[in-house]
Amino acid sequence: MVIAIGFEGSANKLGIGIVKNGEILANCRRTYITPPGEGFLPRETAEHHQENIHEVLREALDQSGLSPKDIDVVCYTKGPGMGAPLMVCAIVARTCAKLWDKPILGVNHCIGHIEMGRLITNAKNPTVLYVSGGNTQVIAYSRQRYRIFGETIDIAVGNCLDRFARVLKLSNAPSPGYNIEQAAKKGKKYLHLPYCVKGMDVSFSGILSYMEDKIDELLKEYTPEDLCYSLQETVFAMLVEITERAMAHCGSDEVLIVGGVGCNERLQEMMGVMCEERGGKVFATDERFCIDNGVMIAHAGALAFQSGTRMDFRDSTITQRYRTDDVLVTWRDD
Amino acid sequence: MCEGLNILKQGAEAKLFICNYLGKPTLIKERFKKHYRHIDLDVSITKERIKNEARLIVRCKIAGVKTPALYLVDFERRRIYMQHFENSITVKDFIINVVAKNEKEIDKALNFVAKQIGETVRKMHENNIIHGDLTTSNMLLVEKLPSNVQDDTKWFHYDNLELVMIDFGLSFIDTSTEDKGVDLYVLERALISTHNNFPDLFETILNSYKNFSTKNIKEIISKFDEVRARGRKRTMVG
Repeated sequence: MVIAIGFEGSANKLGIGIVKNGEILANCRRTYITPPGEGFLPRETAEHHQENIHEVLREALDQSGLSPKDIDVVCYTKGPGMGAPLMVCAIVARTCAKLWDKPILGVNHCIGHIEMGRLITNAKNPTVLYVSGGNTQVIAYSRQRYRIFGETIDIAVGNCLDRFARVLKLSNAPSPGYNIEQAAKKGKKYLHLPYCVKGMDVSFSGILSYMEDKIDELLKEYTPEDLCYSLQETVFAMLVEITERAMAHCGSDEVLIVGGVGCNERLQEMMGVMCEERGGKVFATDERFCIDNGVMIAHAGALAFQSGTRMDFRDSTITQRYRTDDVLVTWRDD
Repeated sequence: MCEGLNILKQGAEAKLFICNYLGKPTLIKERFKKHYRHIDLDVSITKERIKNEARLIVRCKIAGVKTPALYLVDFERRRIYMQHFENSITVKDFIINVVAKNEKEIDKALNFVAKQIGETVRKMHENNIIHGDLTTSNMLLVEKLPSNVQDDTKWFHYDNLELVMIDFGLSFIDTSTEDKGVDLYVLERALISTHNNFPDLFETILNSYKNFSTKNIKEIISKFDEVRARGRKRTMVG
């Protein structure tokens, strides 16, 4: 039995979670929200995390009803992510490990999302679509690694949506993507946008620059809602298409959607229709687990810890670039 | 128009049927409606890909790259009719199911197939044909003369085999080195994910690609390295 605490702060979400054998004992989070038209920058985001992390840690411990001595392993996000915010969590995690005299374990953020999704939905061996502000990947498991079959060759889908929200000056609360989703529900008129699939890879930067360059002209003919609608329909169609390709390629009939964009209901709906047409099944989670959180780091860390993975204290560093397929999956034997 | 339709398989974006068209074994590729996407988007994507496929098959013929012969294009029913190779195996199946089970042949077979792939892709790029979806599922090994051998040994008679490229739905014509670099990158990624037990395969293919012709090779390879770096080093935040 492993009780793990996880610190996550790779982007603008700060989360601390505690799990005991897949049972969630605490899931606390704060989000750094910037004014409309602006994105979050590393330094300010790190300051936000610094200001909040002690309070969130206290909250998580209280919520779980545990004291530090009950915890078996301290997990934190090693990467990928923004350097300064990652560092804040790593330092606090290291301090806790020393104070409490517990082992420390760095976790790959992407693996955290995948394992969290598998835990919540009970999907066994799904093709995974991981979509967020920093990542867009189609992943499938094979021989002790989560292998990347397709990914974006430039910006992430969430980044494309967020930056378009900035062009329209939509609010960043609770998240730009959420506000695009709500606006899109009112959109009627469909605008043809560049559609860019290359094999199992996709590209979004062309769509974004097209929208940015022509925004004044477009707004004469289309409402902001129409544009949000057209953008969502186009980029999600691309994502569903590459996911279907990967499924056909691997002969799989399950899809798991994870990452912040994964809680978009239109994306889930489109994926559902695709799966139905080929006799498959889609698994998705809601914002509590889709959006970055500490539980996913604790859970993925606990799995690794239980299967024997250990980290020397001197190696408890962070890295901004850490690919999903770099991690040796010791906890699966299929 | 075509009697006796048997469905062969359903891929990601098309249903494949086998039939007999004007006395020839024929493969029908039907790009069926995708209900998940907006109807306008579905219609325009489908039309564009049927057009691409037909156009690029013809272009490949001119370039001396083997492809199925094109028989008929039917936009109404979203279908393309083309030559069906009865004695064929996809390169993916060949590597996974035939080569891997015949240890003595592994080196020879992989070298043969890598050389074929490298040369064929290079030939396409020389003619500015960008395939857009280079995976081992989109390459067939076909017997030049049907041997009527039932077991897998026929796939080791290399002199009697040729490589046929299929699935040109994402293909296009472009003279830039950028698109050639991306094409190679897509192939590398497909090999890493599908054939991870043969990590040297791509290197062998790339060598044969480089050696086949020297025209522009420096520019293409440096572009390819650039595309690769973009993918690998991209900051992956959140």
